[in-house]
Amino acid sequence: MASPPTERMSEGERTDAIVAVPVRHPGRWVSAAVVLVLTAMFVHSASVSTTVRGGHRQHRYQWDIISRWFFSHQIVRGLLVTIELTVIAMAIGILLGVALAVMRMSPNPLVSSASWLYIWFFRGTPVLVQLLFWYNIAFLYPRVTLGVPFGPAFVHLNANTFITAFVAAVVGLGLNEGAYMAEIVRAGILSVDEGQTEAAQAIGLTRLQTLGRVVLPQAMRVIIPPTGNETISMLKTSSLASAITVTELLFSAQQIYSRTYQTVPLLMVASLWYLIVTSVLTVGQYYLERHFARGASRALPPTPLQRLRGRLDRVHAARALPPVPAGERR
Amino acid sequence: MANLMVRATGVHKSYGPLEVLRGIDLEVAAGEVLCMIGPSGSGKSTFLRCINHLEKVDAGRLEVDGELVGYRQQGDRLYELRDHEICAKRAEIGMVFQRFNLFPHLTAQENVTLGPVAVKREARAVALERAKRLLDRVGLGAKMGAYPSQLSGGQQQRVAIARALAMQPKLMLFDEPTSALDPELVGEVLDVMRGLAEDGMTMIVVTHEMGFAREVSDAVVFMDSGVVVEAGPPAEVLGAPSHDRTRAFLSKVL
Repeated sequence: MASPPTERMSEGERTDAIVAVPVRHPGRWVSAAVVLVLTAMFVHSASVSTTVRGGHRQHRYQWDIISRWFFSHQIVRGLLVTIELTVIAMAIGILLGVALAVMRMSPNPLVSSASWLYIWFFRGTPVLVQLLFWYNIAFLYPRVTLGVPFGPAFVHLNANTFITAFVAAVVGLGLNEGAYMAEIVRAGILSVDEGQTEAAQAIGLTRLQTLGRVVLPQAMRVIIPPTGNETISMLKTSSLASAITVTELLFSAQQIYSRTYQTVPLLMVASLWYLIVTSVLTVGQYYLERHFARGASRALPPTPLQRLRGRLDRVHAARALPPVPAGERR
Repeated sequence: MANLMVRATGVHKSYGPLEVLRGIDLEVAAGEVLCMIGPSGSGKSTFLRCINHLEKVDAGRLEVDGELVGYRQQGDRLYELRDHEICAKRAEIGMVFQRFNLFPHLTAQENVTLGPVAVKREARAVALERAKRLLDRVGLGAKMGAYPSQLSGGQQQRVAIARALAMQPKLMLFDEPTSALDPELVGEVLDVMRGLAEDGMTMIVVTHEMGFAREVSDAVVFMDSGVVVEAGPPAEVLGAPSHDRTRAFLSKVL
């Protein structure tokens, strides 16, 4: 073990800490000033500035209308539908993605090409088209039947009543997401060293146990960041469901402004809610990543709170430094 | 003579056109320590992996404890073993790798208990008790809760040995267990292996540690380009080799 440098220092003569004039960065000051001015302009326009609409002088952003609708029954219900859509579609997407990724790596060529074909189709067509397609599935399959293939049937379901707009949206978004998640999961599995699989097999774990206990937990570190991305993306993509009359957040806002003509304020209500939920998801992702970083690095990354405390400590420590002696100042 | 733990007759293995093993014959008795030496690419590691069925043998017979590796024989016919049958056999053979291959998301103790709990369906408390004993035995009783990234190479390899021992194997395979270690850490791993040999564990060790081979092993095998060139007691093979190739190799490593 190397001895810490402080010990060695104390043996010889004490070296003085370096005192130097720091390099100035005038460019930083200019860019900071530009950003400040632009921010001030935006804050001014959003808060006190007014404009004339239809002979009336009004606040430019109509915060009163925004706040009136922000917690309204219709908007909140729309928000809940959006969250529901996101959660269910992502759950379908993740499960499907794991299955497709494992299929893709199967030694059976029929199974792996089936997975390839699925991904090719669902990534190759627009989600909006897929949603419209599922909404109109009754055209192709008016009756959904459970039974023996090409044999007797046990249950008949009318596709028009069985596949509601919400079901069509969940199925469409989930199946589409599965194609993207499959590639993310596959990348994660490939990122795990082959030696891990060998070591797991050497102690007698079956292939499924190796995947579940050794490979996937390690693949998670690679899988989670893009999955968080996908979840946030899904939250916003779910607004496409408004095209097939699902009353999620955007469609609720649209229903209101088609009555009241307060188009922009209601789009802002929807946007603000999207921002809020996205922020919550981002925080959740951070802690999830931290959880799966166990063992990957020697010390876990600090939480934002710990980081803030560390920064404050540093500020205090900097203050405590002795001032430069007057004689050495230039 | 004690019963045979491993018996290989004419074992062949190729990767595509490359023939890695070209007819290996050797026998390891129960309780014996066999060291395999030879230049890299000579097929030592491949042979070791065949014993554990991490690689399939193309031709010849390979038996562990009187049973064929990877196949079941009924009459004149060979049947491939099912996945779970292969797993059950692997569970009886411990393996230690050059690159340790500890599970980085599990602590030292979890690395050691995973096999007994998941494969042998042992009660967690029983597995934990044995993990404690084994980690103590390899000198890491204080590192139960450490993740592999918090351990030195030598410590990781000792955990890996404990992980293999936790399955109570009848045979231990070591694939260059000290080759990835800093020279100053080699000793601690060899000490653990020496202790195992003294306790009567059957071991096959692929190694470049000639001192260890000389001291600990009952037999040494020198391999080159897929065949056993020379085999015998360490004093003979290492001290008075009869083949030119063995002599040439030893003159470079000793």
